[in-house]
Amino acid sequence: MTRRPRRGAGAAAASAVALIALSGCSGSDAFTPGDEPGATITVFAAASLTESFEQLAAEFEAAHPGVEVALSFGGSATLASQILEGAPADVFAAADEATMQRVADADATAGEPQVFATNVLALAVPAGNPGGVTGLADLADDDLAIALCAPEVPCGAAAATVLDAAGITAAPDTLEQDVKAVLTRLVLGEADAGLVYRTDVVAAGDAVEQVEAEGTDAAVNAYPIAPVGRAESATAREFIAFVRSDAGQGVLADAGFGAP
Amino acid sequence: MPASERPEPDAGTGAPPRPGRPRGIRPARSTAAARRGRMPAALVVVAILALAVLMLPLVALVVRAPWADLPALVTSAPVLEALRLSLVTATIATVVCLALGVPLAVLLAHSADAPAPLRRLLRAAVTVPLLLPPVVGGIALLLLLGRRGLIGGWLAETWGVTIPFTTGAVVIAQVFVSMPFLVFAVEGALSGADRRVEQAAATLGASRWQVFRHVTLPLVAPGVAAGAVLCFTRALGEFGATITFAGSLPGVTRTLPVASYLALQSDPDEAIAIALLLLAVAVAVLLLLRDRWVPGVRA
Repeated sequence: MTRRPRRGAGAAAASAVALIALSGCSGSDAFTPGDEPGATITVFAAASLTESFEQLAAEFEAAHPGVEVALSFGGSATLASQILEGAPADVFAAADEATMQRVADADATAGEPQVFATNVLALAVPAGNPGGVTGLADLADDDLAIALCAPEVPCGAAAATVLDAAGITAAPDTLEQDVKAVLTRLVLGEADAGLVYRTDVVAAGDAVEQVEAEGTDAAVNAYPIAPVGRAESATAREFIAFVRSDAGQGVLADAGFGAP
Repeated sequence: MPASERPEPDAGTGAPPRPGRPRGIRPARSTAAARRGRMPAALVVVAILALAVLMLPLVALVVRAPWADLPALVTSAPVLEALRLSLVTATIATVVCLALGVPLAVLLAHSADAPAPLRRLLRAAVTVPLLLPPVVGGIALLLLLGRRGLIGGWLAETWGVTIPFTTGAVVIAQVFVSMPFLVFAVEGALSGADRRVEQAAATLGASRWQVFRHVTLPLVAPGVAAGAVLCFTRALGEFGATITFAGSLPGVTRTLPVASYLALQSDPDEAIAIALLLLAVAVAVLLLLRDRWVPGVRA
């Protein structure tokens, strides 16, 4: 009876040490990706790129046996902050140039950012348009539940530009952290209308409809991509080239992106 | 959490009662520590590692804080607006938790006499929200009270009332995640209380309600207070369920944690300042609990 707990403690200590060793290992792998087969590159991409980059990564992996593309999606600004705090990313694809500039200014890019796609906003409503939304002016309707991106994030800045250009003071009920959160409000029917990227309407399928509205293209977001991190990775450069290739551009066009 | 909060009869020594020693008679604290013997060195090393895991992130937060700009940052209009909303909603949530949670704690304490399956079900109902990631709680609330939710759909159609995106939704999210803390704190105090006092009151002719009001409640008051403070702190820090269920609009639903998360997108210094503010509240609560209520309840 007296021996058992002691053995348990030893095992716990051993597993704790093993855990540290393991985590140290995977960390160093992510920091120094090489060209050799078996390389892993970590791609940080804006939330609006989720579907298209998942497909691009799969095609890239298929064309480069042994190479693994790890994807992390989020608000561009959040991803930029993570990269500046030393997150092990090899490629960063942002939803706007200002965010990429923030990373470049901190010398965290390992190459010149290049614009690979553009995106415009769309006035989106849940399937069936329960709020009877017909145009941008409806975003000022207090009786409708309106979801927009917070002005601090790229889709929110774009929304502000569009609304300013149309002379509309919106009456939002929620200002979300990223565009996918706005989309979720529409998919769940919690919001009657929102401004999301055209690509998000495509991605949401039947759950969300686009209302053709004048003025939504007043803001064109350019999506820059750049290698980041301490070690410049050939695989990362190849991935960026693939995104900008005809095949890559085809995937992006299908998702609703515009050409750079 | 619930287990450690319940003042079990032997929680003070951390050891099961030994044969030969009458139950209820405990050695003084120092004797108990001496009897436990010295820790194996390996355990000490791992324990220090554990301490580092818990403390180092907070140390980094304090070290990296923009101390020079801090006064300006925490008194900026958006932060004050979020602070005000946080304090108001967390206070309301705590009051609601007290009103609903104390009776539930009493029910839980009385369920000791109920059949085992019922007792376990009751306990699980209180424990599960405690273990759930708050985002899951937010999704569940949305499915119940959202415009297309089980109850929310009916509310919207019949009364034209929608709950998401309102300050009320923030309070509901906070109540959902923080009530278990109060329930378990109060239940712990109840099961540690001396039942004989209640029985004596009943024998002397007090009604059930009088016993509860004049005997039970004062008896567990320290537990209620400790539970209320824990509940308030948890409500103040609520993020996942709030952003999922209530949304994020300045002055309406954007509480401090939500504001901190958004600030990280544009102004990391502001995010750190808000984080420090919340850390300061947590530390203040800890001090408050230690000085006032620890003798009553080992919270």
